[in-house]
Amino acid sequence: MLIINEEHKIIKFMSKEILGLNDVTIRFAGDSGDGMQLTGTQFTNTTALVGNDLSTLPDYPAEIRAPAGTTYGVSGFQLHFSNSDIQTPGDSPDVLVAMNPAALKVNLKDLKHGATIIININSFDAKNMKLAGYENNPLEDDSLEGFEVVQVPLSKLTTTALEGSGLSAKEISRCKNFFALGLMYWLYSRPVEPTLKWIKSKFKDEPLIESANEKALLAGYYYGDNTELFTVRYHVEPAKLPKGIYRNISGNEAIALGFITASVKTGLPLFLGSYPITPASDILHELSKHKNFNVRTFQAEDEIAAITSAIGASFSGALAITTTSGPGVALKTEAIGLAVMTELPLVIIDVQRGGPSTGLPTKTEQSDLQQAIFGRNGEAPVAVIAASTPADCFYMAIEASRIATKYMVPVILLSDGYIANGSEPWRIPDPDSLPEIKINFRKEKEGFAPYSRDENFARPWAIPGTPGLEHRIGGLEKSNITGNVNYEPENHEFMVRLRAQKVKNIENDIPNLEVIGDADASILVLGWGGTYGSITEAVTRLHQKGIKIAQAHFKYLNPFPKNTGAILKKYKRIICPELNMGQLARILRSEFLVEVDSFTKIQGIPFKTTEIENKILSVIGELV
Amino acid sequence: MKEEVNVGKVEHPKYTSKDFTSSQDVRWCPGCGDYSILAQVQRTSPEILVEKENVVWVSGIGCSSRFPYYMNTFGFHGIHGRAPAIATGVKLNNPKLSVWVATGDGDLLSIGGNHFIHACRRNVDLKIILFNNRIYGLTKGQYSPTSEKGKKTKSTPFGSVDFPFNPVGLALGAEATFVARSLDRDPKHLQEMIKKAGEHKGTAFIEVFQNCNIFNDGAFSLFTDKETKADNVVVLEHNKPMIFGANNDKGIRLNGLEPEVIDLSNGKYSINDVWVHNETDENPARAFILSQFSEREGLPLPIGVIRRISKPTYDQDFHEQIEDVKKQKGTGDLKKLLFSGNMWEVN
Repeated sequence: MLIINEEHKIIKFMSKEILGLNDVTIRFAGDSGDGMQLTGTQFTNTTALVGNDLSTLPDYPAEIRAPAGTTYGVSGFQLHFSNSDIQTPGDSPDVLVAMNPAALKVNLKDLKHGATIIININSFDAKNMKLAGYENNPLEDDSLEGFEVVQVPLSKLTTTALEGSGLSAKEISRCKNFFALGLMYWLYSRPVEPTLKWIKSKFKDEPLIESANEKALLAGYYYGDNTELFTVRYHVEPAKLPKGIYRNISGNEAIALGFITASVKTGLPLFLGSYPITPASDILHELSKHKNFNVRTFQAEDEIAAITSAIGASFSGALAITTTSGPGVALKTEAIGLAVMTELPLVIIDVQRGGPSTGLPTKTEQSDLQQAIFGRNGEAPVAVIAASTPADCFYMAIEASRIATKYMVPVILLSDGYIANGSEPWRIPDPDSLPEIKINFRKEKEGFAPYSRDENFARPWAIPGTPGLEHRIGGLEKSNITGNVNYEPENHEFMVRLRAQKVKNIENDIPNLEVIGDADASILVLGWGGTYGSITEAVTRLHQKGIKIAQAHFKYLNPFPKNTGAILKKYKRIICPELNMGQLARILRSEFLVEVDSFTKIQGIPFKTTEIENKILSVIGELV
Repeated sequence: MKEEVNVGKVEHPKYTSKDFTSSQDVRWCPGCGDYSILAQVQRTSPEILVEKENVVWVSGIGCSSRFPYYMNTFGFHGIHGRAPAIATGVKLNNPKLSVWVATGDGDLLSIGGNHFIHACRRNVDLKIILFNNRIYGLTKGQYSPTSEKGKKTKSTPFGSVDFPFNPVGLALGAEATFVARSLDRDPKHLQEMIKKAGEHKGTAFIEVFQNCNIFNDGAFSLFTDKETKADNVVVLEHNKPMIFGANNDKGIRLNGLEPEVIDLSNGKYSINDVWVHNETDENPARAFILSQFSEREGLPLPIGVIRRISKPTYDQDFHEQIEDVKKQKGTGDLKKLLFSGNMWEVN
């Protein structure tokens, strides 16, 4: 392979043997200050450019800079890339890059048998080993038996490479992640140019840092070639993905782009009322960058002001959204009820994390499903939909906007920490090919009544500034048609049922639940939201082994697709994997009177494919 | 962006108060001070509001928060405490609207305190009218965050042990750019305050002492009764000395930082010794001293505009920034946005 770097005028023939691989799972791990997220992201972006299919799993602590060297300060980034279609970030890494003893200690148990561990040997001193809780040096006892351990003096090599750089020892030490990245680029035959380009733009105002990072990256790359530690390097061919132009995208980015697209398609300004919360804040960050799209981002004083300002903006004619996570939804609960009662369009994005209370802010979970569907005072139905992959977030954001504006109803869009921060290649759609979303503001004075109904039971959207349509709305019970306050018993029951029917009517306007897999299977694996990748991979593997199995995945959770009941009744066993205590299973049982085999995990991490595979196999075993 | 003025002095009013009266029956208790506030708002609206369709009244929860139902404008009866936040959203999305908030002491200062101070510090162009009756009316008579210490109510049978908020002081502390106080039983003065608030650009706050004749009757009679008003209320006027008393023979002197009442009838002091009110004073210290009169023995209650300063409004800056970004980056091109970042092609 020929590497040319114009900047450094280095031309070199790489000489070691290159082995082809189908897929690789790498995990970078180090202190939260070691830049592991950045390293992982750079490796991901380069890998995407090379044309592999990929899936990522960033995993970082809630503390910004936990004390250096401790196990609870370990930050990790896992990346699975392949020459074929993949759905998950991989169950167990083939390679671990461990920047310190704590990173080794925390991640060792997850590694594949025989995995390669690349260790920064300079950090394995007595102090760091003690901080990690190692009584003996793991490099000297048998705790790493069965692994291929490569000891690299990463810190020292970085220091040597950056001698005379004009940087302090501390600053030099911060460059070692680029050395590690360069080495991994070499090992997996990836080009360094994309990262060099990124360094150039990122550090353009700090020329010393820019040049040091570049040098560290290249030094790591050349080290791989020159050292005796590595005898082979690897190559993963591009994946055969459908034709098109791709970019790598995380769920949070995709949601932001989806709402900008919805704003263009509706012709409405996008108003985001938001209060920072992990893991949803990146949506606020992303949308704040795009004010030239008429995006109005308002960082409110609290979660309640975030949603109520959005409700106010919706009243005055915006495509109004609010982004948050579980604890924020709890605070917004009363206001969601207000949007139900005032029948205003609104999208609430809940990027779920581990709960209850503050729970596990940086970890993933699916435990807000029942909060989303039921969590309000009174009978307060809203539409609930869920994205299943990072790229799917784009489409579900548009879908949430469509439903909210068409039915004059709040929509809760569920994402989760895993798909929000994880990323995958996204085939970019031509925005012109996406359908317009028609908005009919009421303009006619004649015959106007604020709570009159169209064929979908939606009331007219009559915004301030429209002459002759002055009217009052609010949280008190209304009369249908006039919208006047009404406390009569029959009216209340009528209105409660009407609001419920309005949400129910959405079922006529959404796709049926699609079943994939074997037509004559007796087992259906049924999931929702971010578990799509793990379930799909598990089902595909079993299918490839000749096992008859079917799969369906909910994107619409309230209302359910119209054919749900019919599908559920077709199977002998329904397995429902969820990252909660069985919230969907409970709803399915009560709604459809079917038995559901709930398979749950509540550890703040996604399912491993093998966990689902084993569950399915055990159910099959029971059937035989 | 182009600023369309929808609020300000209207030279030739096209509306009368009737145009601002909705068809709904008013359901406050007979004798409630809210009636007067509603009447003064309806009377002054034609003089300050250009187009009725561009007026939005937002409220929270409580007796006063029923207000929007009675105004024939766009109205939003929100949830408890959140009116300033709802109003902020309405205004930010369409800055051309004239947005007014009707709220009470429980709504604005207890459950909604956070939204109130943040609206003030941002200087969102909202007009906030606080109906302060120092009691919870709609929940039938518990003490409120403005009830005086020791107040005996249903929830404080032995007297409350909380110190109350001073709403004017709080608004000043939160950097509100317009702060005024008025009385439900002084219709003319109240009308003047509403007009001035309407003409102000930025967060305008009026505290109205409002009598709840059911649960806290007479709370403000010292300031509203004919016999006692003159000696206990000083009417602030811009650039005018602070004179009060039945015979206009008392004045306020500022002795260093100490306000004191001086007698102008005995020849010891003259009008030149009296503190001249400057509502546009950039230094908030004197306004704050005025806000504390109500907390101290022997000083009259100041009513009128306590502070009125000019600052860019949040909604204005919010939209100017959007326009600036459009100028810098060009109006958004969706295709370019989606097709950006590190891309690759699969053939």
